[in-house]
Amino acid sequence: METRSYPYAIEMRGIVKRFGPTLAGDHVDLAVRKGDVHALLGENGAGKSTLMRILYGLYHADSGEILVDGRPAVIRSPKDAIAHGIGMVTQHFALASPLTVTENIILGRTPNFRIDMDAAHAQVQAAAGRYGLEINPRAVIGDLAVGQRQRVEILKALYREARVLILDEPTAVLTPQETHQLFTELRRLQQQGLSVIFISHKLHEVMAITNRITVLRHGRVAGNVETRGTDERALAQMMVGRVTRPAVKPPAVEEGDPMLRIADLHAADAKGVPALQGVNLTVRAGEIVGLAGVSGNGQSELAHILSGTGEAGRGAVRVGEKEITHADARAVMAAGVGRIPEDRHAGVVGDLSVEQNLVLEHLDDFRRGGMLDHKRIRSHARALIDAYQIKAAPGDRIRTLSGGNMQKVILARVLERAPAVIIVAQPTRGLDIGATEYVRRKLVEQRSRGAAILLISEDLDEIMELSDRIAVIYEGRIMGELTGAEATTERLGLLMSGVAHAALGAEA
Amino acid sequence: MQIRIEHRPSPLWLRTLIPAIAILSTFLLTSILALLVNVNPLEAGYYFVIKPLSGRTSALEVLVKMTPLALTGVAVAFAFAGGYFNIGAEGQLYAGATAATAAGLHLHGVTPWLALPIMLAAGFVAGMAWALVPALLKVRLGIDEVVTTLLLNYVAIFGVSALLNGPWRNPVSQWPQSPDIAATAIFPRLVPRSRLHFGFLVALAVLILFWFVMRWTAFGLRMRAVGLSATAADFAGIPVPRTLLTCALVSGGIAGLAGVSEIAGIHYHLIDAISPGYGYTGIIVATLGQLSAGGIALAAFFLALIDTGAQTVSRVLGVPVYLGDVIQATLLLTTLAALLLQRYRIRVLHATSRSAEGDA
Amino acid sequence: MSDIFSLTFLVGLLSATLRVATPLVYGAMGEIISERGGVLNLGIEGTMFLGAFTGFAAAAALSNAGVAGYLWLGLAAAILAGMIMGALMGLFAVTLGVNQHVSGLGITLLCTGLALFGFRLIFGESDVLPKVTPFAQIAPLGATSPAGVVLEQYLLTYIAFLVVVPVSWWLIYRTRFGLNLRAVGENPEAADASGVSVARTRYASLVLGGALMAVGGAFLSLAQLGAFTPGIVAGRGWVCIALVIFARWHPVRGMWGALLFGGVFALQLRLQTLGLELPYELFLALPYLVTILALALAGRNVAYPGAYLKPYHRE
Repeated sequence: METRSYPYAIEMRGIVKRFGPTLAGDHVDLAVRKGDVHALLGENGAGKSTLMRILYGLYHADSGEILVDGRPAVIRSPKDAIAHGIGMVTQHFALASPLTVTENIILGRTPNFRIDMDAAHAQVQAAAGRYGLEINPRAVIGDLAVGQRQRVEILKALYREARVLILDEPTAVLTPQETHQLFTELRRLQQQGLSVIFISHKLHEVMAITNRITVLRHGRVAGNVETRGTDERALAQMMVGRVTRPAVKPPAVEEGDPMLRIADLHAADAKGVPALQGVNLTVRAGEIVGLAGVSGNGQSELAHILSGTGEAGRGAVRVGEKEITHADARAVMAAGVGRIPEDRHAGVVGDLSVEQNLVLEHLDDFRRGGMLDHKRIRSHARALIDAYQIKAAPGDRIRTLSGGNMQKVILARVLERAPAVIIVAQPTRGLDIGATEYVRRKLVEQRSRGAAILLISEDLDEIMELSDRIAVIYEGRIMGELTGAEATTERLGLLMSGVAHAALGAEA
Repeated sequence: MQIRIEHRPSPLWLRTLIPAIAILSTFLLTSILALLVNVNPLEAGYYFVIKPLSGRTSALEVLVKMTPLALTGVAVAFAFAGGYFNIGAEGQLYAGATAATAAGLHLHGVTPWLALPIMLAAGFVAGMAWALVPALLKVRLGIDEVVTTLLLNYVAIFGVSALLNGPWRNPVSQWPQSPDIAATAIFPRLVPRSRLHFGFLVALAVLILFWFVMRWTAFGLRMRAVGLSATAADFAGIPVPRTLLTCALVSGGIAGLAGVSEIAGIHYHLIDAISPGYGYTGIIVATLGQLSAGGIALAAFFLALIDTGAQTVSRVLGVPVYLGDVIQATLLLTTLAALLLQRYRIRVLHATSRSAEGDA
Repeated sequence: MSDIFSLTFLVGLLSATLRVATPLVYGAMGEIISERGGVLNLGIEGTMFLGAFTGFAAAAALSNAGVAGYLWLGLAAAILAGMIMGALMGLFAVTLGVNQHVSGLGITLLCTGLALFGFRLIFGESDVLPKVTPFAQIAPLGATSPAGVVLEQYLLTYIAFLVVVPVSWWLIYRTRFGLNLRAVGENPEAADASGVSVARTRYASLVLGGALMAVGGAFLSLAQLGAFTPGIVAGRGWVCIALVIFARWHPVRGMWGALLFGGVFALQLRLQTLGLELPYELFLALPYLVTILALALAGRNVAYPGAYLKPYHRE
């Protein structure tokens, strides 16, 4: 049925997309050959997701055209995209969790008003078999593991007869082993004639799975190459536009006193399922300890407890000599802990101003005669805005700030009080390169000052770049600790996927 | 030509016109009803907003009507600002009125300097008490406060009925109304030959206090933080449950004051129609006033005007008095829509002017 | 006191329970369908009130004009009014995306004002309550046996329990509309990405929900009372909101909730007549207190629809 004559499944020509003053797509061209796995590579904010959202009809390009199978296509909505045989799996799964696998898959594809559930289950089962994706159609999405949900998403796209599949950072939420399985499945689908657009910023993955690579930088095409004819270094250069510069990290200072001590800590997640099962970890003054792990292995719960916003079970957390295991946020701060939350938006009140957010944690210090000292709040904000190069006015509502500036506000709020211990989670998620470098530099500065820093991050590169020691968390347990020098992606990957430490055999 | 909605605030001049836009659209929409009953909308409009202010008596009467509305308006605004959806101001008003009556019946011979504070305190505490159960259910068990506060309104009204048909039934007239409260517990009149009473000053004081708390106290800022984002407030070390509880109780207390004011300032005894829905109108007042003290004062004044005007229009033009209710509800809805101009701007793009897009 | 255990008492109680529960079933199903799509419709109280008025006013006019099917036509008028109010809720919650609490309450206030305005306009300020001959009850099992007496009910009651509840279940769980509705209420982004129109689905649910709410109100005026009074709905809409939470958005559980409330209400009516030395208003307040109690017991940690109260705009 396919027209074999035309070589390209998708062509995007001269796509322009503007968000207010920023140009997210600047005359972008993309051509995906049939049966290729085509990488769309670029840093966060390079315009990859925007381009794909345009292709999927979620955004509308200001100008430019899209060709499907060589024919111009007007894609105004996901419905149009699906009709053109385009499917998309986003980072945040587009699944309704109380619904079953079948219900999610047939959503929007129900031929009749009445749904025959048994027949639908059978159909989904058959489709799963056909594509080699194993899944129970009657399972409720909320009960499935992340890798399985992703499989449902892929099956959902294929069920819609997708001939082009867009995968938006599909490996971000997977263990290396799950990633491996995904790649196996993708290769099989590729053989069945499927074209895949694979969005990523992970070079080794792109080298492993793709045939051709388009690199985006600042909304422009920075390169378009055959995978076979390139290497990671060349790709990195195209992505970043200059040779990557690791954060300037002075050599480790001599061993400081243990400042943060976590002993046999247990906790349950929101559903009551054990999330932490005996975590032991110590962070000393003047060091950065990285906590690596695949998303959802207890990092969030740990960060919440250490921030005074979670509920701990058994075990103990001590800052210096003070126990903060069950302390609230106020007590945790009083104990000398500075906290940078994993979700920026949960750390600031979006509709309050920058100056108000800067003092919210310590309002009592900004009172005079029982009343708020607005003058001092303003001058305090001015000083921090200067010191941290925040591009905003004190009175701006913080929700109007860019991610980078918002993160700088949080950094300023925390660091100006020179905390002895800093808990920082996903500090650069979603930030552009400039802001990322700034944040990392500030963390290294704090380390030199003598702060004990626990860096919780899902970004392995970040962990390896900044940490003096790296602990790996898997299913609520610390699987092992490596020094910065010992750590390699492979060793960390094995620990992250739950392969026991001892099995590594490489421990000195 | 193409109309486009952008996610950024409209220009300042347009935002300051929001109340005017809402009022004008309300006028246009409700004109349909006026035309339906063969009344000239402009004439009706005159009786609604101009006539009441043209005479001394009726102008003062607007202030009388404004008093309970300002109080319930602040009550609702205080709760909403903290993210607590107290829809129970009506019931809390009844509770306050009941307590004020109970106190007033026993204050014979007590100096007004003592009697009035006792009346106010009794109403405030009763309003708080009536707000307590939904607040605890919300804070402790996470039960939605909207439904519970609403349902308790009916319970309060039935409770007042029970009192009036039972122990408090007027022994002389046998009507379902309580005996009169002590003369010393009655709010003094502020202006001779009018019904304007001390309660109006109470309302003004509450408005000023509300402004002060929101603008000048750490508690006010913390409460706003909780209302805007409980997660972020919790992260900042603000005790969210305690703040919510305080916010809910104070809101109930203020609504209770509205009940006191109606008893001690207008009726002098408890009747079961003590409020024609002031608690619900308080929601309109708070929304129109955008949760600010000045805005609430203006909104309460305007709605009182419509209330007064509705009486006049009904008397003079024979239009059902409920036109006032329709106007108030329509005004709430048009205001909600017009408030979107704070967040969005509407742009009309002409095919030829696409180059003009980049402006700030 | 032995009256309580007599058969007559029980029969009366069950019969009244079904009758009292009927408007709640309509209201609760309407609200469940609305909320399944993610929109809390606090316009329910007003929509029921307007439904009661519109149904009555239309029926009265048609009855005076000698039209035979005036009751059913009145019901149709009520449905139309309910659909319009549902669409209005859609305008605010879906298209404009403003606060659903406040806009819903605004719609209730608007409906209340409109109904009272209309009533005064049409019927004037007479001391005599205008009436129409209401729907008659039907007794499929005859009216002699206890079961027959219990089942002597209005056709609208039969429709509520035997049609509206099962059809609501079927609609939500076994149809395209229901699947779209649940998806839209849980994860509108996902529904949108699957090609389901979030706005259209929500509007449809609100219009359908509004129609059901209006039938609930019209039942009161056209069946139970044959008249319209300002206190005719008396918070039943709010009770429905509570029932929906209690039912965890499931139609059949919603029906049980309505029966529970109906039972308490019917019981307090019976208890009033037993001549206990308590003010009857306390009995009137009982159902509301029981509703709060039920919420306190069953409303903890309920899983609200994922997109509850959240407007959706693509971007």
